[in-house]
Amino acid sequence: MLKLEKRRQPSQVWAYLAPVVAVVATMVVGGLLFAFLGKDPLLAIRTIFWDPLFGEFAFYYRPQMLVKGAPLVLIAIGLSLGFRAGIWNIGAEGQYIMGAIAGAGVALAFYPLEAWWLFPLMVICGAIGGLLWAMIPAALRVIFGTNEILVSLMLVYVAEQFLASVSLGLLKNPEGYGFPGSRNLQQYPSAHNAELITGSGMHWGVVAALIAVIMAYILLNRHLLGFQIRLTGEAPRAARFAGVKPKQLVLLCMGLAGALAGMAGLFEVAGPSGRISIDFNAGYGFTAIIVAFLGRLHPVGILLAGLLMALTYIGGEIAQSSMGLSSSAIQVFQGMLLFFLLMVDVLTNYRLKLAKADAA
Amino acid sequence: MDLSAINPVLLVASLMVAATPILLAAIGELVVEKAGVLNLGVEGMMITGAICGFAVAVETGSPLLGFVGAAAGGAALSLLFVALTQYALANQVASGLSLTLFGLGLSALIGQGYVGKKPPPSARLDIPVLSDLPVLGRILFSHDIMVYAGLALVAGVWALLRFTRAGLILRAVGENHDAAHALGYKVRRIRILAILFGGACAGMGGAYISLLRVPQWVDGMTAGTGWIALALVVFASWKPWRVLLGAYLFGGVTVLQLNLQAAGLAIPVEYLSMSPYLITILVLVIMSSHRSGAPASLGRTFHASQ
Repeated sequence: MLKLEKRRQPSQVWAYLAPVVAVVATMVVGGLLFAFLGKDPLLAIRTIFWDPLFGEFAFYYRPQMLVKGAPLVLIAIGLSLGFRAGIWNIGAEGQYIMGAIAGAGVALAFYPLEAWWLFPLMVICGAIGGLLWAMIPAALRVIFGTNEILVSLMLVYVAEQFLASVSLGLLKNPEGYGFPGSRNLQQYPSAHNAELITGSGMHWGVVAALIAVIMAYILLNRHLLGFQIRLTGEAPRAARFAGVKPKQLVLLCMGLAGALAGMAGLFEVAGPSGRISIDFNAGYGFTAIIVAFLGRLHPVGILLAGLLMALTYIGGEIAQSSMGLSSSAIQVFQGMLLFFLLMVDVLTNYRLKLAKADAA
Repeated sequence: MDLSAINPVLLVASLMVAATPILLAAIGELVVEKAGVLNLGVEGMMITGAICGFAVAVETGSPLLGFVGAAAGGAALSLLFVALTQYALANQVASGLSLTLFGLGLSALIGQGYVGKKPPPSARLDIPVLSDLPVLGRILFSHDIMVYAGLALVAGVWALLRFTRAGLILRAVGENHDAAHALGYKVRRIRILAILFGGACAGMGGAYISLLRVPQWVDGMTAGTGWIALALVVFASWKPWRVLLGAYLFGGVTVLQLNLQAAGLAIPVEYLSMSPYLITILVLVIMSSHRSGAPASLGRTFHASQ
């Protein structure tokens, strides 16, 4: 019988190895799943993980990595700060939607004015939209002690309904022949989040994501606030003795996560997506939770995890068109990744031992 | 707007139907949380149960077998949660989330072949005399069997927790797992059983949506019901009868807003659709001031060495 024995110190080796093992395990079990669905497993894994990077059409898919990865990284960086401190904001999807609506709303209000300050203003308003939406669960937790997990999640559904409402009403394109959805911001130069270098996939959202990674790294490793965040997560009691103000920390972590998610939403709606429509959100807010954990809540890890997750999105789309692999199979694949990661993670804090009898 | 189009008798009758999925899922989660485990994967188990139940019912033609399949599907998914939290000692919040994300994908995958199909109809219970009573007969005695099964489950859980030794042990494990372990109770085994029960209940709740309430298969059709069920357990202060009360309250809100949509109220449809979620938040805020009922070991990982 196998038995777990607690390690005195978390294993450094396993901290790095766990995500790798999780990815490999997901490939193996995912391959079995694809085989079960009647697809060639090796071909499917190759299509998802190899072809977007080194395949025949890699020149087209490589920029897509940045386009899909940027919102994931941006959201996950924000979430990771809270997760580290034991603050569970799982409503990033809602904050993403509200940020997009706020930012796009500003652009549409000024249409067809052309001005250099419009896009920066949109970014700020997008961040504020996400921030305010995240402040609802944060304030309720601080004032009433309400569970932020449930409130932030409920607000995703509220935001989705609000999105439906504005794309059918307030923000509907007046020249859209009655179809739902707003004007296309890609055709509005001052508001368009265009590629900075043509064909590179690099847009302002990618820049923002990279800045967020660097800032988060500095915050966590070189700043008192980052120390307080880590301390609160690892030893809440000690944190209180050390003078950490838990309420401020909740507001700050949730606010930052909301602002980053809101910005991600704005960059998406002003760039790759182009317009507010009923289903413009693609579930990045939820996938970012996987990215945050897969990156071990570490900024650099999140950057890598975000790119990997972007790869599964793109590879999944290729596999969908070339092999008929359904998009839900990719969703299962992504879910499996988090599952295996949490599973393997036990080896970071415990070591396996052979024992005669089961103690528990 | 024509409010007179809303028939109060039908409203109350459909309230009981609307409340049943939340009720089933919440009573299962109550048992899980009473054992000291926080399973945030209710939404994932519900949607898995919804498609498993739908698939079994369509293939066999029997709605009852469908519910059995749904319970099995929900429990099977909760086994993943067991592996994560009871064996790999993973964080329960993260594990619950992974269960939901995985369940949503899995259900969509299984459900591909079932889009647009019709499930076999479930028979309404027709009790002689009682069902023919004016008003009361329509409200209380002419539902399908799952509505009554839900009520029976609430009564059963209440009796189990309150009057039996097994219930006492379950609560002991949830209040203080170290003490329960020291007394020689199998903490892990008890928790596993509770989690499986919760999974089966959530699965049946999901199947009630896909087989009776909608009835068809749509991706992500549970639309947050599992999360509302989680909130309901908090609202109920971990007391079975208050889960029933809460479920009827939410059922009432859902049915009322649907009726108002149909009656053409001046408020846009989207804002009415928000109302169940907003009311959930409101209820959570009201209940957060007195959280006396929460099991003391809720959400904490148990390892015998510590």
